[in-house]
Amino acid sequence: MTDLDTFRSETRAWLESNCPPEMRKPVRSDKDVCWGGRRYDPAANPPQAAWLKAMGERGWTVPDWPTTYGGGGLSPAETKVLREEMRSLGARNPLNSFGISMLGPALLKYGTEEQKLEYLPPIARGEIRWCQGYSEPNAGSDLASLAASAEDAGDHYVVNGQKVWTSYADKADWIFCLVRTSKESKQGGISFVLFDMESEGVSTKPILLISGYSPFCETFMDGVKVPKRQRIHDENKGWDVAKYLLGHEREMISGMGLGGQGENPLIAGAIATVGLDADGHLADPLLRAQIAQFEVRARAFGAMSERFIDELKAGRAHPAQPSMMKYYGTELNKGRHELIMAAGGSDALEWESEASGGGAAPRAWLRTKANSIEGGTSEVQLNIIAKRILELPGA
Amino acid sequence: MPLYLDDDQTTLRDTAREFIADKAPVSHLRALRDAEDPTGFSRDLWRDFAEMGFTGMMVGEEHGGLGLGHVEAGVVLEEIGRNLSPSPFLSTAVAAVAALKGTGAADRWLPGIAAGETVAALAIDEGAKHRERVECRAERDGNGFRLSGTKRFVAHGHVADFLLVSARTAGGPDDRDGITLFAVPRDTADLVAEAERLADASITARVTFDNIRLDADAVVGEVDAGAAPLDRLLRAGRTGTAAELVGVGAGAMDMTMGYLKERRQFGTVIGSYQALQHRAAHLYSEMEVARAAVLKAQQLLDASSPLADEAVSVAKAQAALATALSVQEGIQMHGGIGMTDEYDIGFYMKRHRVLAELFGDANFHADRLARLAGY
Repeated sequence: MTDLDTFRSETRAWLESNCPPEMRKPVRSDKDVCWGGRRYDPAANPPQAAWLKAMGERGWTVPDWPTTYGGGGLSPAETKVLREEMRSLGARNPLNSFGISMLGPALLKYGTEEQKLEYLPPIARGEIRWCQGYSEPNAGSDLASLAASAEDAGDHYVVNGQKVWTSYADKADWIFCLVRTSKESKQGGISFVLFDMESEGVSTKPILLISGYSPFCETFMDGVKVPKRQRIHDENKGWDVAKYLLGHEREMISGMGLGGQGENPLIAGAIATVGLDADGHLADPLLRAQIAQFEVRARAFGAMSERFIDELKAGRAHPAQPSMMKYYGTELNKGRHELIMAAGGSDALEWESEASGGGAAPRAWLRTKANSIEGGTSEVQLNIIAKRILELPGA
Repeated sequence: MPLYLDDDQTTLRDTAREFIADKAPVSHLRALRDAEDPTGFSRDLWRDFAEMGFTGMMVGEEHGGLGLGHVEAGVVLEEIGRNLSPSPFLSTAVAAVAALKGTGAADRWLPGIAAGETVAALAIDEGAKHRERVECRAERDGNGFRLSGTKRFVAHGHVADFLLVSARTAGGPDDRDGITLFAVPRDTADLVAEAERLADASITARVTFDNIRLDADAVVGEVDAGAAPLDRLLRAGRTGTAAELVGVGAGAMDMTMGYLKERRQFGTVIGSYQALQHRAAHLYSEMEVARAAVLKAQQLLDASSPLADEAVSVAKAQAALATALSVQEGIQMHGGIGMTDEYDIGFYMKRHRVLAELFGDANFHADRLARLAGY
């Protein structure tokens, strides 16, 4: 047995005895997802809390981070084995967190040792929930035109302005935020700062979406004091951090193209509504063809995701490859939900009924329409691929 | 195992890329076509392949080969695709070797393949569309068999040294049991192979067996249990075709990207227009996804994984779809010059069409995946 085989069998055994049975069922809605944070109530879902605690203590909420910062210290190969074993058990992700998927990698690259030690371990344990303050009402695709200002006041900044599309700002404890520290240069006048959402002068207002949910907020900053030691990287160098972090955000969003774990809801749903004919084929031949063609691309993208992660861990991925992943994964996810709606017929239109889980299907379908907008639109990703990978000239 | 080429495989790719671009670029295909060459490939080139170790790369060391796998064969196939090199490599060095390996017929055929002396053809298809049914019949006759039926779309079938033929020795047309795979020497009496030139200038044969006599030792594997070597042949053939398709798509895309950076209209290079940039970027994405799907299938085949079967169909379908986009965008973005015979992009479109059809098109494989998934 190689060391990796040993690691695999030990990991499997540990997961078998530590992952509660409830945490091996597919995630049905956002209510099944653990986001952690100050307001997290372990008593509301004891198996979920036990799973988070067990994984957090091992550093396996962030298996490839160094142990000093609360991680598991695993090699890329070991991390892959852990993911594979979790998948084969159907184990849920113990913790969903923008701290893990977005801020963490940026801190590991740009943070000081003091900042890493202060912010990373609480992220790993799920104690602090983070949100992202990037977009503004007049800075969407053209993000670098952002205007929220940070005035120098000696040992701290005074931040004024407004952010929009701040995911879960009303539930988050801290924010990582892009602010303008200079008007001399567009990209070269941006700084990357962190602050507590309970700071004086911060307020949020949820935005009601077409899905009927409010996962996004407007965030208002009115004279918020932010100590300079909470700035990541140099003043006016925040765009470097922002771009690096956007790569990780795109990577995370592209994961949506993979669909969930376990039973394929598209196929199961289609069989449930349309039924199978005598040959065992879906009774609607055109729908069957559409689903089969979709599944080819979805499964091929599954291989692409594996390749991308392997190349990323080995430092072999093209720096703009996350744009390709984001583009393909989000377009695929929108396509999947269009097919789920087509397969579900009028069942999939029910908005409130108990049978529909309170309109889970149509609300999820509507939510996916933002996938190709948030984190940079599909069109922005195509621009990046064309210029940075294909090296086509600027207009 | 990470899903990218390791150092040895990368070295092999660099060697194959340089060698094939030098010995068999698109001008080699064009020269064969213009000379109305009746063979369909160059025997000299095939011997060069043998010297490089390519013809025996999947043959075991005991038979004079290198004992490498589907990933390595795919590396060579991608370069063959990129250069549109006419070659019996896929049928002989990949699919036939995969079928023969581990059977009693291996000693007879594999050393010749490794040495570059023997070329194999695959006589599998019976109609104009690839299907999984076998109607060609082989009846017992003393110690041997009598084979009857017609096979189509047999690449190099008119010049190969032997043909791998799937035939029914028991059961009905759609049964898995009762298939037997035969290795039939082409000089067998009464075997008729009529050459047909295809749209891409390659030559395939329509092969007719009119009650021809086969010796018992023509059987590959076991009588009535030919589904096993046939599966190996089809998986290797489908995955190999997918790898060659990715090469065709990549070659066409490289040409097109080069043209976008060079052709000027309205006072600027056309590659600076966003309408074309977005289409180019989408094409790049589809090709990357296809490449990953193909490598995944190759790795799973080399690991003898039970997941390989479905991965092969994903790879063949996605490679055909992505490459279709590459050649279609290729001609459109080249504009009028892309329609001329003088320019190479049209050769890519024709080659794609042939490979897309070989061993089942994208619809065949999507349907196959659906059946395997129970819908």
